Amino acid sequence: MSRMLFRRSLFGLFTLWIVSIVVFLATQALPGDAAQAILGREATPERLAALRAQLHLGGSLPEQYFSWLGHVVTFNMGSSLASGNPVVDTIGPMVLNSTVLMFASAVIAIPLAVVIGTWSALKKDTGVDHVTGVVTLVLASLPEFVVGVLLVLLLSTGLLHLFPAVFVQIPGEHVWTHPDQLVLPVLTLVLAVSPYIIRIMRATMLEVLDSQYVQQARLKGLPEREVIWRHAIPNAIGPVAQVIALQLAWLIGGVVIVEYLFRFPGIGFELIDSVTNRDLPVIQALVIIIALFYVIVNLLADVVTLAVNPKVRTAQ
Amino acid sequence: MTVIARKPAGPGAGITVKAPRKKGLLRRALRSKRTIVGLVLSLLIFAIAFLGPYIAPHSPTEFVGAPFSPAGVGGAFGTDNLGRDVLSRFLAGGQTLMILSVLATGIGVGLGALVGVFAAYSRGWVDEALMRTGDVALAFPQIVLALLFLSIIGPKLWLLVLMVALGHLPRVARVVRGAAMSVVERDFVKAAESVGIPRWKIMVGEIVPNLSSTLAVEFGLRLTYSIGLVAGLSFLGLGMQPPSPDWGLMINENRVALTVSPWSVVLPVAAIALLTVGTNLVTDGLSKAAIGSNEGVEA
Repeated sequence: MSRMLFRRSLFGLFTLWIVSIVVFLATQALPGDAAQAILGREATPERLAALRAQLHLGGSLPEQYFSWLGHVVTFNMGSSLASGNPVVDTIGPMVLNSTVLMFASAVIAIPLAVVIGTWSALKKDTGVDHVTGVVTLVLASLPEFVVGVLLVLLLSTGLLHLFPAVFVQIPGEHVWTHPDQLVLPVLTLVLAVSPYIIRIMRATMLEVLDSQYVQQARLKGLPEREVIWRHAIPNAIGPVAQVIALQLAWLIGGVVIVEYLFRFPGIGFELIDSVTNRDLPVIQALVIIIALFYVIVNLLADVVTLAVNPKVRTAQ
Repeated sequence: MTVIARKPAGPGAGITVKAPRKKGLLRRALRSKRTIVGLVLSLLIFAIAFLGPYIAPHSPTEFVGAPFSPAGVGGAFGTDNLGRDVLSRFLAGGQTLMILSVLATGIGVGLGALVGVFAAYSRGWVDEALMRTGDVALAFPQIVLALLFLSIIGPKLWLLVLMVALGHLPRVARVVRGAAMSVVERDFVKAAESVGIPRWKIMVGEIVPNLSSTLAVEFGLRLTYSIGLVAGLSFLGLGMQPPSPDWGLMINENRVALTVSPWSVVLPVAAIALLTVGTNLVTDGLSKAAIGSNEGVEA
């Protein structure tokens, strides 16, 4: 098991390395001189020279790349072109805020989806099951910003006036100081992530409930509750973990647009902001951080899949 | 010459049944009420998007009243943030979204299918290399990939289509490869090889047609995502540029006045929602019909 995890970690590192190359080459796609393209025609020669140094634009392409990469891996990604502050200081709090947002969404969505999926499977072909099927299908179709706007219309400005439509952060306070502000962004992400987990949980559960070991457990006269919790669910979680990982990986992309919609001060909001300002060092850093999140989530999914699968766990 | 070691055909490989054609697939899918609802929804929004510009009462860029006039005063649904007719902008604002989404989906699914079939047919290190590259590509959430390049090169529509398509590519390739794995084993492929038909002709002429139901489902699924992505990127200001009318852009321009003049947001949001629900219902119907037919073929 540890050998497998080691292999996966290596692949994760390899992924990050390729991502760094793509991010670096994307900078090269700027027409003409990157520094000139960013600063515009009125830039003074001194500022151009300073930016060229910061973007590692001197020397050959590989030289530029490795000089840039050297700074990336030591968390020295230069300073923001918009604010002048070091990139790490700018995005550090954003990374924390987004982590809070994604963690809250995942902690609510995963158990909820697993329970609803299981329930739907146990009530197969009843009204509950049909309603769950239609609702998850509809929710799965909607783009996340459409879900977000609909929620604002329903719960904030139109029908009910329960939660604020945008996030207002008071400097010095944490994003979780006013939990009512978190409700809509978290709910949007929960609604966007859950449908797939519910559907796969239902399908896997149906398969498991049909298996011989579940029949055996029932024949032994175990109470239904124990059959489901001790025998069925643990066996269904393995395949579902992969889908959960995919959904969490999706969550990392999904936060971008949801944060922008609710003006939540996280990496997504910052990414759009820096895209608007063409703040290249910040964009580069954020894309790499997003890829890092993705690699970590996948690694965690592998750990869970391995941990719940006795065949793999006990091997070696 | 191409001499490829292949696994011996399994039992039952002697029976080859051609996979059902797409037309049959759609007909079978239409037996479900959900598919019909989905098709009606999709066609309705498509009709609005393509006929809308001709029946709009005003030009989408014409100023007809004070900004954010309530419904009934400026026009049937009021005016937007600059005082333009909401209804006219809504009617004119869907066409580009549809064209861009269909284009991106077509390119993404087409290229993804080619890569997937090529990987499955080549096997060995080519397959391994392509799929590992795909795994790496998946580390970019689709929207982040698009943002990275759109921010650097600028919000060009061709780039938007290309980036959405490239985002689909590895995802489609993975699915198509999975489906093609069993097709490349079938006897008609070996028969075609034995009479010396070039490999690319076998891929395009023999293998791809047998993946039609997989491709139809993939197209529907990716179209739903494309619509969300293209509209989302416009919403973020990286798609259609003002003053052109566009649903995603309309939502962003007018959401500040959601309480005063909700129609300018409600109309485009409802249209995008109904459209994606429609395409996804059709996709769901197609995939259920495809599973039904595969059971008959694979058994």
